[in-house]
Amino acid sequence: MTKTLDPVTLAVLAGRMEQIADEMDATLFRSAFNPIIAEAHDASHGLYHADTGATLVQGKSGLPIFVGVMAFAVKAVIDKAARDGDLTDGDVYVFNEAYEGGTHFSDMRLVRPYFHEGAVFCHLASVGHWHDVGGNVPGNYNPVATEAFQEAVVIPPVKLVRGGALQQDIVDILLTNSRQPQSAFGDLNGQLNALDLGARRLDALLAEYGAETVRSALDALSDRAEALMRSELAALPDGTWAAEDILDNDGIDDVPLPIRLTLTIQGDRLTLDFTDSAPPVAGPINISRSTSIACCYVAMKHIFPELPANAGVMRPIDFVIPEPSMLAATFPKPVGGYTETILRMIDVVFAAFAQIAPERVNGNAYGTINALSLAGHRTDGRRWVMFSFYGGGLGGNPEGDGLNHGNAPISTATIPPVEILEAAYPVIFTQWALRPDSGGPGRHRGGLGAVYEIELLEEEGQAFLFGERGKAPPQGVIGGAPAALNRFSYQTEAGWHRPPMVSKMVGIPLERGRRIRLETPGGGGYGPVAERDPAAIARDLRLGYVSPQAAVRDYGFKGNGA
Amino acid sequence: MTAETTRLSHRAETGLIIGVDVGGTFTDVFFLNEDTNTAGVAKVPTSRPDQSVGFLAGIGQQASDKQTIATVVHGTTAGTNALLERKGARIGVITTEGFRDVLEMRRRDRPRTWGLWGRFEPIVPRDLRLEVPERILADGTMHVPVDIAAVERAARALIDAGCQAVAVLFVNAYANPTNERAAAAAVRALWPNDHVTASSEILPEIREFERFSTTALNAYLQPEIGGYLGRLESALKGDGFGGEFLIVQSNGGVMSVDTAKRLPVRTALSGPAAGVMAAGYIAQAAGFANVITGDMGGTSFDVSLIADGRTVLSPQTSIDYGMVVRTPMIEITTIGAGGGSIASVDKGGMLNIGPESAGSTPGPVCYGKGNDRPTVTDANVVLGRINAEQPIGGGLDKLDRRAAIQAIKTHVGDPLGLDALAAAEAIILVANARMAGAIRLVSIERGYDPKRFALMPFGGGGALHVGALMEEVGLGQALVPRYPGVTSALGCVIADMRHDFVQTINATVPTVDIETLAQAIDAQSTEGRGLLADAGVALERLDTIVELDMAYVGQTHTVIVPFAKAVSADGDVRPFDRAAIAEAFDTAYRSVYGRLLAGGVPRLLNVRTAVVGRRPKFDLTVLAPKAGGTVGQAQRGSRPVYAGGGWHDTAVYDRLTLPVGAQIGGPAILEQPDTTIFIDPGLIGQVDRFGNLIITRVGEDI
Repeated sequence: MTKTLDPVTLAVLAGRMEQIADEMDATLFRSAFNPIIAEAHDASHGLYHADTGATLVQGKSGLPIFVGVMAFAVKAVIDKAARDGDLTDGDVYVFNEAYEGGTHFSDMRLVRPYFHEGAVFCHLASVGHWHDVGGNVPGNYNPVATEAFQEAVVIPPVKLVRGGALQQDIVDILLTNSRQPQSAFGDLNGQLNALDLGARRLDALLAEYGAETVRSALDALSDRAEALMRSELAALPDGTWAAEDILDNDGIDDVPLPIRLTLTIQGDRLTLDFTDSAPPVAGPINISRSTSIACCYVAMKHIFPELPANAGVMRPIDFVIPEPSMLAATFPKPVGGYTETILRMIDVVFAAFAQIAPERVNGNAYGTINALSLAGHRTDGRRWVMFSFYGGGLGGNPEGDGLNHGNAPISTATIPPVEILEAAYPVIFTQWALRPDSGGPGRHRGGLGAVYEIELLEEEGQAFLFGERGKAPPQGVIGGAPAALNRFSYQTEAGWHRPPMVSKMVGIPLERGRRIRLETPGGGGYGPVAERDPAAIARDLRLGYVSPQAAVRDYGFKGNGA
Repeated sequence: MTAETTRLSHRAETGLIIGVDVGGTFTDVFFLNEDTNTAGVAKVPTSRPDQSVGFLAGIGQQASDKQTIATVVHGTTAGTNALLERKGARIGVITTEGFRDVLEMRRRDRPRTWGLWGRFEPIVPRDLRLEVPERILADGTMHVPVDIAAVERAARALIDAGCQAVAVLFVNAYANPTNERAAAAAVRALWPNDHVTASSEILPEIREFERFSTTALNAYLQPEIGGYLGRLESALKGDGFGGEFLIVQSNGGVMSVDTAKRLPVRTALSGPAAGVMAAGYIAQAAGFANVITGDMGGTSFDVSLIADGRTVLSPQTSIDYGMVVRTPMIEITTIGAGGGSIASVDKGGMLNIGPESAGSTPGPVCYGKGNDRPTVTDANVVLGRINAEQPIGGGLDKLDRRAAIQAIKTHVGDPLGLDALAAAEAIILVANARMAGAIRLVSIERGYDPKRFALMPFGGGGALHVGALMEEVGLGQALVPRYPGVTSALGCVIADMRHDFVQTINATVPTVDIETLAQAIDAQSTEGRGLLADAGVALERLDTIVELDMAYVGQTHTVIVPFAKAVSADGDVRPFDRAAIAEAFDTAYRSVYGRLLAGGVPRLLNVRTAVVGRRPKFDLTVLAPKAGGTVGQAQRGSRPVYAGGGWHDTAVYDRLTLPVGAQIGGPAILEQPDTTIFIDPGLIGQVDRFGNLIITRVGEDI
């Protein structure tokens, strides 16, 4: 069917299509109302295969996890349209269902089948993390949810636009079920605009190059991505390796939950087998099978960063994910805390690859996004909710020490400035600093996590935390030592306390002048600590990255400091 | 006052005005003699490490008597280089208790999306960042008065540690600078030194990391850049120079050398900004209000858009990972596709250009200086577009075309199954596609129709690709300025004086205190006019531009709201009310997003004032070729050029001797000392009355 393209046309078209996806990203970022999209870029856009939904091209600025997961979301729409048999040009589907669609209910997915000469040429999709989609907790991070219904209103794939006509009924349902209807409306409009723009740009591209050439380019790009992945795998030794790590608990029962990986390389194929990982759990750290696969893609792309962002990369990879399990959850298991689970899966993939190709990996990153909300009512009765994710250290790596205070591997989000938060909410940060001794020791030390200490300025409020790594720290690789544990404490009249579930708690009562304190993990170390350059240890001491006690305890340092 | 004006206008009208742009490889000088109505250019190698040697040598080429010089305007990369090479001063920071690590924590990002490696070394090491008790709340309330004794202890510790400059960085100082001012005063009292800076003096704008970073980078540059500018100034004065010495800022305006010593961070993109200013002026004079500039150098292609004669300013940039400078600067989009960018084929069989570059050392394969991986310039040499016997720039006698052919065959041709010529053409096509992508980014993606724009290539390499870029992006026409290689130096001579100010207000329109806002605008306008007056430069008129950064409550991205109502023509604040602010917001918001948000409450985040002093402009016909030449006299024979899969016998012309009105049909090569122009088949070039070459499609009117 498809013709062979000359390398120049292919390179040119690859750039043009990437630019379309990038431009869709930019359109939504600019017009979104909600800072999670506008500032943290928790959104993504791309072009997907007409029949399979496989990711063909994805924008560079969106959230990494969506590169893999959106293929499943588009497939869910393809299946729905096939069942209903009423697909027409100009339809747009919307849904937040997170089992077929992946991730969690906060991610609102819009899929627009793109027609050319009467047939679907490809799909355009837009996903963005909405501020609020109902459920028991504002912002949808409910650490004690045991069913999807407590997390959000669940919308299956439905037509938001029929043949170009917006279905106001659907819009009304979406907005009525959000605590932030104006924000939701703004984001919905932004996503529709992004899809319109993508369609216009594709019209122009197809007019310029012809549909057959563009289709051939899309196919060739996937084939080349597959060839690149195969060549990387073929260069690695054949064999089987194992790695495992745990989640602290599911927020309901304080029982550690294992994620176990058996990794097999055979020629140019890779098998990732998660047999013997934890069963489905009551709390919201289950993830769907689609999310599991997507997060393995994120891990592979970090280990092989030069691989292109399309689904061809996944073709040589087989997955064994036990069903049912925590890693293949089905409706209505709660999935709101999926970020914690996929971060741990990524850690496990890194730990396995560290045994095969240590020159390609790094110590584990801090491994928890620490979704922390402070909320309450102002004296004039207005409700306020300050919601953010917090940073930590990245792992030591072959080139050097890990980055201090980075963002999570699944994310490219930046953190809001203290001054913006203090201007918007009745809080004062009493500390916003690096956390000494939080980086895992090693030949190359893990980067440092942070200390955030926040004091309430209103009469009363509440705090909600959803975090991890409070019991099992981020691991080092090839002999590097683990980082510090995540630590959360809150202040009452009686003094400082720590939550029974370590890093998960709802409704922590706060009064004016009381503080909460979040100390995040650093990254794991890279290589044995005995191989660390003494000058680097002395420098760490001088700069206070490592305390004198820790220098003696963790590094066997005998000098008097520099 | 009268005497002052007379002296200045006398100077501006007589004598020599000189623009000097110090780039990475060459120092370019543009001379304008308004007495004789003549212009000249000079190009000398940039001197390292002290750029002032090359600077003075360049000026000396045509101005041996410094007393005849009325004005010297300098575009400099000294600041950028000091930042990139980490060669600023040892500086210390005094900051709010609990916030010592803001500079190092950044906004919690990482260097690359994919791959978790990479590090960041803040310019101030952690042991030189000291905390003191003090705190202001977000609404400006004094929470904890600054502990002056602690500030003094910190200052002494930093002096003892060998610091040359100190930055005082307090949280929420944008909302109330009292504590910062008191602390800075205490440090200055203890340590009389020009290099003590408070963040609220540099950038009274919300967002602590961006403000701290900008302030710290300013302090980091002060001793170094202050010293450099001081050396230049005294060398000029020692030779009898008594005129004005001005420095180009990133916003495309110029400032006095004294202001530059105080605010060196504003020079971060000085050179490229001057180039864009020149492009805008040349295009305007030639009748083009809409241009896209494309500056192709050795390692990068820089694109900028000028719509309706106006350049686009962006609020901040990052010089290197984590080195954020927030000060208005001409928006320049850079991609790693320059003449030295390396062509390679990846394991999946995809041809890539850059971002790796051979730079100017060792440079392309044809330079024969040790690089054996093919570059864009090598492809241009192989295809006959660059004259291998007469390289531009004067550094080399000839280029090694055979080595370039071999490198292209080995690294691109063989993996793709192409012969060397087809591979060279493929390199050019992919490089063009990447450059076209950058042009689309600044035009189509921002809602500008490229058909309405002319492409203006400058720098050494851009004019070779002009036809292909017109075609790929659908640009209407192109304009190659008379001296593409010295455009930035020419921009120095043209640029206006300009000072930008910002103050965070952060209030909704229904609650904003009009008196506070009016005072902020008045303070900004007054300070700007004062700086212009102190610089003592002849100006035709002053413009005061007031803009508000606004958004609906809940949005984080602001729109720029022009608020001309706030000031009179001479910069005095005029009465205005909340309704006027709301109306200005509605107009601006609608123009950006198409529709307003029903029920939304607008919020005013910042007020920005730019005070611009318009300098007298010179007549660009000074640059035009002398009358009397003919096309025939300008022809320098012909040579074969490969294009569209075959060789074409292509006429070669000496560009500078082509007369006004000359028309040259493609394919044609036009050579001049600082660049080579390729007119593709199907295009035609015409010399306009300023000596510019206007390129259009055959059959289309100019």
